Amino acid sequence: MADPPDFASTSLISTLPEPATVRRADGVWRSAWRRFRRDGVGMVSLAVVLAYAVLIACTGSGLLARGWQDEVGQPDAPPSFAGAAAREATGAASAAAAAASARANVDISDIDPLAPRYKEWDARAAQYHAQTRPVAATLPFGADRLGRDVLSKALKGTQISVSVGVLAAIVATLIGASLGAVAGFFGGRVGDLVEWVYNVLTAVPEILLFFAFAAVFGRGISTLVLIMGLTGWTGQYRQVRAEFIKHSRREYVRAAEAIGAGAGARMFRHILPNVSHVILVRMSLMVVGFIKAEVILSYLGLGVATHQVSWGTMLAESQSELILGHWWQLAAATIAMAVFVTAFSLMADAWRDALDPKLRGQR
Amino acid sequence: MLAYLLRRLWQTIPTLLGVVLLVFFLFRKFGVDPAQTLASLNATPREIAEIRQQLGLNEPWWAQLGLFIKGIVTFDWGRSWATNETIAHLMATRLPATLTVTIPILILDTLIAIPIALGVAYVRGSLTDRAIMVGTTVALSISFLVYVIVGQYVFGFQLGWFPVQGWSDSTWTNLLVYAPLPVLLAVMVGLSPQTRLYRSFFLDELGHDYVRTARAKGLTEPAVLVRHVLRNALIPILTNVGLALPGILIGSFLIEVYFSIPGIGREVLLAVNRSDYPVIQAVTIYVAMLTMLANLAVDLSYRAVDPRVVLR
Repeated sequence: MADPPDFASTSLISTLPEPATVRRADGVWRSAWRRFRRDGVGMVSLAVVLAYAVLIACTGSGLLARGWQDEVGQPDAPPSFAGAAAREATGAASAAAAAASARANVDISDIDPLAPRYKEWDARAAQYHAQTRPVAATLPFGADRLGRDVLSKALKGTQISVSVGVLAAIVATLIGASLGAVAGFFGGRVGDLVEWVYNVLTAVPEILLFFAFAAVFGRGISTLVLIMGLTGWTGQYRQVRAEFIKHSRREYVRAAEAIGAGAGARMFRHILPNVSHVILVRMSLMVVGFIKAEVILSYLGLGVATHQVSWGTMLAESQSELILGHWWQLAAATIAMAVFVTAFSLMADAWRDALDPKLRGQR
Repeated sequence: MLAYLLRRLWQTIPTLLGVVLLVFFLFRKFGVDPAQTLASLNATPREIAEIRQQLGLNEPWWAQLGLFIKGIVTFDWGRSWATNETIAHLMATRLPATLTVTIPILILDTLIAIPIALGVAYVRGSLTDRAIMVGTTVALSISFLVYVIVGQYVFGFQLGWFPVQGWSDSTWTNLLVYAPLPVLLAVMVGLSPQTRLYRSFFLDELGHDYVRTARAKGLTEPAVLVRHVLRNALIPILTNVGLALPGILIGSFLIEVYFSIPGIGREVLLAVNRSDYPVIQAVTIYVAMLTMLANLAVDLSYRAVDPRVVLR
């Protein structure tokens, strides 16, 4: 068989002038980033999410909020900016109480059988050195029932809550995407089997499924992540399976098969990069869902344990505090969560718009 | 029609069997030993052995599975380990409280969200639309728990419009006195996601040619929206409501626990905390059955909503 002609070496082609502007098509991610950058809301939300990431990194490495369990303030110390008024109110109350007790305090030393020994006991007590740690009357964001700094708690809680949400989304994505890929790519018996598992899991409401798993596996952060991952992968599965069914019949995959690419190579080297944006967007939606679920589950006593802190445990504590008018822990946890979740959802929306293949190639 | 119904019912069997197997092996494999739970702390090994015998735990696993399935098929769910109440009685007494709260929530949520979503979709891109979209995004980012805590404090404690919590034996008292606050809060929370979802359904429909045709032939805008757009959007809306139907039977765990409503959701949570496996197993399987029936009912109702749908 003759060698194929070597076009590059023929003089005709090499002497052709280069086109003035050679524009190579951008990759998917590069062009998505270009579209994303033009989205003002998306950029702002990305900045907020990155700021949270920095805070979480600092908290996780112990730079910030290391002493969130220290009782640095008075119990239920109000925040500094509301401090004066709140202190005044309680100060007036305690002054009135002191005056009342002073009136009631009658000298009973004549009939008190222990009176002669008070001096001796005082002297004995003075031999021991008691150390009192000064506690602040107000803290920047107030203190909880035990006098722990609400700001530190919010920082630490952010770290735990966001990590739980992200880790659970990673577990759910790994399960959902791999099962979806297998079911979508192979179909047939294997596909039917996975589809059956999917039907079984979706036949039971997610929260009930979670409770059934929690009843047997117990509690704690790692269990929480595991159970949320095990019960929450179905949405990701559905989407990835649909994408793999669609892509496995496309020409580029058939071409790869024709040059001898094995099933694994076609699934992971060829199809996966083309559906990865779908997986990523779905995963970011899952993060938001899992963070919200953590709050509810922690309140119901099935999530983060009480000796740890998360947005859920902070909100659970704030229920009894609010009745007494101590709103600061509720506010701190709500704001920390609302800002993060809003920014994260807006960012996910912006990424979805930027990555939407239907818009690809426009402009 | 009948053939369709029978085939659909036949198709639910493998799924239902899967749920039964999942529940059976989950609790058998990873759960604690029932005999240990049931026996008192200082039970003698002989007492534990007797309980094992009584529960049939000494049988091989397939015989136990047979017993388990027999119980499900005959609707004999057994008794709660914690209270010795029969589970059938437990469900029958807890369900009314759950339904008193969940049915008004579902109805109000749907009836309020549809007009808002239709209106917002109609003026899409306008300031109103964008303001409502931003508002729903923010509302969605606040935890359900915060709405409940703040709502109970403001409406129940500060303003005194509703009792802070409570429940009575009379359905009417419950519906008119105790249910309104939980229902109000749940509707407030549910409204944002529903509005967003229904808006997207309406937007899909508004882009179709038949809308332009209807306008071209001179129909008024209300007629276009209600008689054409709304009716066509009913299919996805119906699907969504249908998916929410099984949820009304277990209720909102958070609402029931927070307001101490003696419903199924609170009972399941109590069972989880007490390792009361029969209750959890029974509720899980029973809700799975009802979910599949609800899905079937939704598919059948498509036919009523849209004559073009052919059930095959």
